[in-house]
Amino acid sequence: MKLSFYGGVHPDERKDATCGKAVEPLHEAPAQVALAMSMHVGAPCAPVVQVGDTVTIGQKIAQPTGLGAPIHASVSGKIVAIEPRPYCGGGMMNAVVIENDFQNTFGSELTPHPDYQKLSTQEIVDIVREAGITGMGGAGFPTHVKISSGLGKVDTLIINAAECEPYITADHRLMLEQGERIIEGTRILMQTFGLEKGYIAIEDNKPDAIEKMKSLAGNGIEVVACRTRYPQGAEKQLIQRITGREVPPGGLPAHVACAVFNAGTTAAIYDAVVTGKPLTERIVTLTGGALREPRNVVVPFGTPMEHLVKEAGGFQEEPDRVLVGGPMMGIALYDLSACTIKGNNALLCMTKAEAAQHVDNPTCIRCGKCVNACPMHLTPVYMHLYAEHRRWDEAEQLNVMDCIECGSCNYICPARVPLVQSFRMAKFEIRTLAMKRKAEAEKEAKKA
Amino acid sequence: MMDTKNLKLTVASSPHISSPVDTRRLMMDVLIALLPALCMAVYVFGPRALTMTAVSILGCEFFEWGYRKLLKKPASNGDLSAAVTGVLLAFVCPVTLPYWTLLIGDFFAIVVVKQLFGGLGQNFLNPALAGRAFLMMCYPVAMTTWVLPGMDNWAGLVSASDAVTGATPMASLHSHLDVASGLNVHTLPADSLMDLFVGTIGGCLGETSALLLLVGGVYLIWRGVIRFRIPVAYLGTVAVLCLLFPQGGIDRVDWMLYNLCGGGLMLGAFFMATDYVTSPVTKMGEIYYGIGCGLLTVFIRYFGGYPEGVSYAILIMNICVWLLDKAGKPARFGVTKEMKAKAKAEKKAAKEG
Repeated sequence: MKLSFYGGVHPDERKDATCGKAVEPLHEAPAQVALAMSMHVGAPCAPVVQVGDTVTIGQKIAQPTGLGAPIHASVSGKIVAIEPRPYCGGGMMNAVVIENDFQNTFGSELTPHPDYQKLSTQEIVDIVREAGITGMGGAGFPTHVKISSGLGKVDTLIINAAECEPYITADHRLMLEQGERIIEGTRILMQTFGLEKGYIAIEDNKPDAIEKMKSLAGNGIEVVACRTRYPQGAEKQLIQRITGREVPPGGLPAHVACAVFNAGTTAAIYDAVVTGKPLTERIVTLTGGALREPRNVVVPFGTPMEHLVKEAGGFQEEPDRVLVGGPMMGIALYDLSACTIKGNNALLCMTKAEAAQHVDNPTCIRCGKCVNACPMHLTPVYMHLYAEHRRWDEAEQLNVMDCIECGSCNYICPARVPLVQSFRMAKFEIRTLAMKRKAEAEKEAKKA
Repeated sequence: MMDTKNLKLTVASSPHISSPVDTRRLMMDVLIALLPALCMAVYVFGPRALTMTAVSILGCEFFEWGYRKLLKKPASNGDLSAAVTGVLLAFVCPVTLPYWTLLIGDFFAIVVVKQLFGGLGQNFLNPALAGRAFLMMCYPVAMTTWVLPGMDNWAGLVSASDAVTGATPMASLHSHLDVASGLNVHTLPADSLMDLFVGTIGGCLGETSALLLLVGGVYLIWRGVIRFRIPVAYLGTVAVLCLLFPQGGIDRVDWMLYNLCGGGLMLGAFFMATDYVTSPVTKMGEIYYGIGCGLLTVFIRYFGGYPEGVSYAILIMNICVWLLDKAGKPARFGVTKEMKAKAKAEKKAAKEG
């Protein structure tokens, strides 16, 4: 078993502002929520409600049209609009807008199963799908798809509670306060995969959480303390850390017989199966130097970011940028009316002093720190060189498509070269080029 | 409370934080690491060592500024890379070198080797070593006039006209003609091994003290400025070769230690070969490069006309950096040996079929 993955960086953790703060409900529920129709990887959902309908918390309001998971109302009230709204991934996205009646009426089609041991594998997968659970670590892959694709193949179950991004403490608090949910969720997953053993991976900068989880774990669940090293919580790196296996290029964890679930996702699976509660809210860390009172809160999906800023006491300083997610992989918002989705683990308002500043004409000095930091064994310095000259084929040969965009190279770069940005562009161009070539080849084939 | 509507938010690609270490700080660390060796140089060769270094720094920074000003490019003096080149070039010149010759070397290093190829990060040769190679060709006598160590050097202050000159330890280690017997021989120098280690010997300005250069090198590795692979591979190769093949009937261990501490090896291994711009970035590439430098250094010392081979060894390896990086490309994540073998077999089948 390997003790670590290769590369990585150790940014300033900056978790102190919120790691001691208990998870609280919002002071004030949002008056209106806008549930974006794309909260996951895959095709956007189609609304199954109409304007004017009255909905209860947990009522299904949208069905997936392809790869995806259903979306449920997060507050009770009346649907006032179905229209494009600012999306936290950038741009606009069709959204179901619910006016909150503050009654908190709950009504779900799911039935609680406190005796989940009796459920069959298919029943559990169905519950997970109907509860609308997607990966809550950020990417948002539909969880039922992940489970079904791994059935019969998986021999190692890993619960990802590494939380390697700086600032974020949502999973940390979840473990400390509601660790039982994670443990029970892990047991449900172990039962689903027919496994005797499950791992919970936690970075060693959270000793209290490690101790707590160890005390709760019981038989069959091993709590692993991992070295604090970003990106410890990246799926491929975590698998490498726990099992020593490397996920092949373009492959899924199931290819190396692993399944990785985020701690929040695991707790949501417990909620769905045992208490019959669909996924309608999550813990979000409101943090960053620009906020007056950083805290951890339970947020119903669709809550606008500006409401969350208010919940954290507003800005004490002008924010330089506002991110959803952590500083290493988070997305910068340009409009605070964007609404929370299932993958948002943090709202991070950074001051100018905290954030990395843009450098005009950065000069690469070939120091090679990026090569040593890359957890995917890539050579960012050369990839960037080719991408800069738009030589996509050469960039592809250097396996730029393997890049997980963790940002380690970019973070460590002393010249502040925007490496990740250039790799994102390269990946996009390579994909477009491949599609173009395929189309041309088909045309040629038709002619002949 | 601040308005949440009319904020000027920066939108940028992730990551949104950066390491506090930037180019300037890296260069500053290199300068700090060179300080102990400079102190030794001043102690051994007198205050002229200091003025030489200062003149060289100013010269390099001036040429850098002047060239970029002339071509209307943004100034780049802030990154201190020219200052590092300045110090390093002064360190590989004898202390008696006239200031104007040193400035010609600075000009060649900064303008011809570095800026003409596009400035920082674009040059394919180490500027300081290329400057030295240029001076060696143009002013061979001035470049090989060695001052002997001693307090006398302090009397001359900034002028070096009346310094006592003599041969360096490397010259006696190198194959030379013994007048008495008329044969080519290798002899141990008059200086003790301790002198070589501490640095109280003749030679280039900054290269004499193996100890203090080692201190500087360890500092750089500790600070994460350089990686250990190049210096370790370099010194290791030289050590192994010298241990295996001692020359002139000299005891192997003595021969190896003299070779390790003598000449510019320590300076080369820790400060020249690890120059970011002209060294490989991949793990294996670095090791190949270090071994190559070691081999060439020993070959030049054993079979070449010069008693010292570090600078040419590094310059030759500089040219191979891209190839070495290609050879040292890290294994792709997730590709096992079986997968590689399968891909190879498929390729072969496709070729034949």
